Amino acid sequence: MWNYSEKVKDHFFNPRNARVVDDANAVGDVGSISCGDALRLMLRVDPQSETILEAGFQTFGCGSAIASSSALTELIIGRTLSEAATVTNQQIADYLDGLPPQKMHCSVMGQEALLAAIADYRGETLADDHEEGKLICKCFGVDEGHIRRAVLTNGLTTLEEVINYTKAGGGCTSCHEKIELALADILAEQQAVPITFIAEKDPHWQEVVDAITELRPHIQADGGDMSLVNVANHKVTVSLSGSCSGCMMTDMTLAWLQQKLMERTGCFMEVVAA
Amino acid sequence: MKQVYLDNNATTRIDPMVLEAMMPFLTEHYGNPSSIHDFGGPSRGALERAHQQVASLLGADHASEIIFTSCATEATSTAIHSCIELMPERREIITTTVEHPATLAVCEHLERQGYLIHRINVNSNGALDMAHYQQALSTRVALVSVMWANNETGVIFPVETMAEMAHEYGALFHCDAVQAVGKVPIAVSKTRIDMLSCSAHKLHGPKGVGCLYLRRGTRFRPLLRGGHQERGRRAGTENIAGIVGMGSACELAQIHLPGMAAIGQLRDSLQDELVNIIPSVMVMGGNQPRVPGTANLAFEYIEGEAILLLLNQAGIAASSGSACTSGSLEPSHVMRAMDIPYTAAHGSIRFSLSRYTREKEIEYVIASLPPIIARLRLLSPYWQNGKPAAADAGFAPVYG
Repeated sequence: MWNYSEKVKDHFFNPRNARVVDDANAVGDVGSISCGDALRLMLRVDPQSETILEAGFQTFGCGSAIASSSALTELIIGRTLSEAATVTNQQIADYLDGLPPQKMHCSVMGQEALLAAIADYRGETLADDHEEGKLICKCFGVDEGHIRRAVLTNGLTTLEEVINYTKAGGGCTSCHEKIELALADILAEQQAVPITFIAEKDPHWQEVVDAITELRPHIQADGGDMSLVNVANHKVTVSLSGSCSGCMMTDMTLAWLQQKLMERTGCFMEVVAA
Repeated sequence: MKQVYLDNNATTRIDPMVLEAMMPFLTEHYGNPSSIHDFGGPSRGALERAHQQVASLLGADHASEIIFTSCATEATSTAIHSCIELMPERREIITTTVEHPATLAVCEHLERQGYLIHRINVNSNGALDMAHYQQALSTRVALVSVMWANNETGVIFPVETMAEMAHEYGALFHCDAVQAVGKVPIAVSKTRIDMLSCSAHKLHGPKGVGCLYLRRGTRFRPLLRGGHQERGRRAGTENIAGIVGMGSACELAQIHLPGMAAIGQLRDSLQDELVNIIPSVMVMGGNQPRVPGTANLAFEYIEGEAILLLLNQAGIAASSGSACTSGSLEPSHVMRAMDIPYTAAHGSIRFSLSRYTREKEIEYVIASLPPIIARLRLLSPYWQNGKPAAADAGFAPVYG
């Protein structure tokens, strides 16, 4: 019926720290009743060391929302605020041995509540990513900032993944095109530096970089992209993304690059996709 | 563990007598009813008998008005496509906002092809807006397709009146009666309904078989073309075992029809007791005529999937119109069409009873559910100190 892990079930049926923390000095409220899930995270933080001494939560939501809240409190108790601030939604999901893809937004909500609580403690008006950028999904009030962070933190590449992680586009579906455009922008920025430099450079490194730089505009024109992963012992590893992934013509592209490299270097070069 | 099955609007357990009737057609009587030799005989006889059994439950005048299909979805698709093919000059269809996807998805598809679809609204009680219906009717309308009873709320729609109204404009009327057949008396020959879909597995028959009632004299175009089965109206070798099961299930449903009142009483006691014990509960469509076995309760300030998980742990099977259970991110289209407040729409639970539901099972649910609701509300930020959180003192989330 539900493909929840045993850990998710355990944290749903026996939630940890599901209580009101009366003397909480950091409270994060996120979500809304119209979205179908909402969470209040309450922390008691030691003012000297900024260590989280106690954490409690109240959650309105489905089984995985409650389990994610429970996991979050377990992950942060005993940590300092700056340590806790590094907890990602993926860590929450991992702690629960994974969440079904369409439930990943529950772990995102946990992470958001944590950031809200830390901002509350520091007396900051939350640098709330829901105030950033333009509103994309009207049904669930998700804006570009929220989508950006989910994409960057979790390496999302498709519309479907964005829906699963942020809920954006899960309602009336009229914003799907906007999401795709935003996603393309975010991914393009990520690939502004396409070449990952490896500490030990191969003697042919620069020639390979030049060949790829020459080839890239053509691939991009077809909606794809390529970045260099490694060059070692006449073996070039590249990463293909966008419409290249899964494309039947990929082999042709790689063969073309291989031919160009052999012409440039005058020796055998093998090109493989990462 | 004790198990209580209250999800009979999703599907029902097969009646042992139905299974017994089917078994010979899965074993020794394997002949094709279209065959002329002796192997075909028993299958052909069984097929005829099943037509009569179904016609009798539906109150149809002729056994030949029944066309067996693979499911009610196929029957509905057949009805809609047949109608628009026969009336190409009429480019409008009327349906409701709360129909089953079997109807809504076909209408959406036709909308993309240029059809004008009128979707009649419901109010917060789940009742259809009849003024809206009257407005939508015109001689441009090819077909009106309205369900007899809603699957989520159990609310019964005035399909007989609506069929009369449709005919004043020369439109055909199709009724999705999946949730009504076997639960309320139906005499289709006495109505102006032209086509009616129903399904075997909702009335203790097998899955994989349904039927379309097609009034004699109604023009028709088949969806599946091929052999001459079902008088050329639905090609494909008949699912004899399934059809025999459906016939048998319909005959039994007719026998059990008077017992529906008792199921209605059980439903009422479940709903009334829970409303008495648990605060902030709404009965969806509670003041409307409903089929006897369905109670849809919305528990405010908590979420349906969480309720279902805890009910399941207690051995109780129900279903929910909440977002999380459907794999979608929004509450069901029926809850949204009824404009139920979000505080309640996410916490709606549908209990659907059958003739196998026993009083002690209902008592068990009445005993098990209140602690589950209390437990989840204790967790909910929208619920403080035993009541809904005050708007000012309460929960102030940063988005939404």
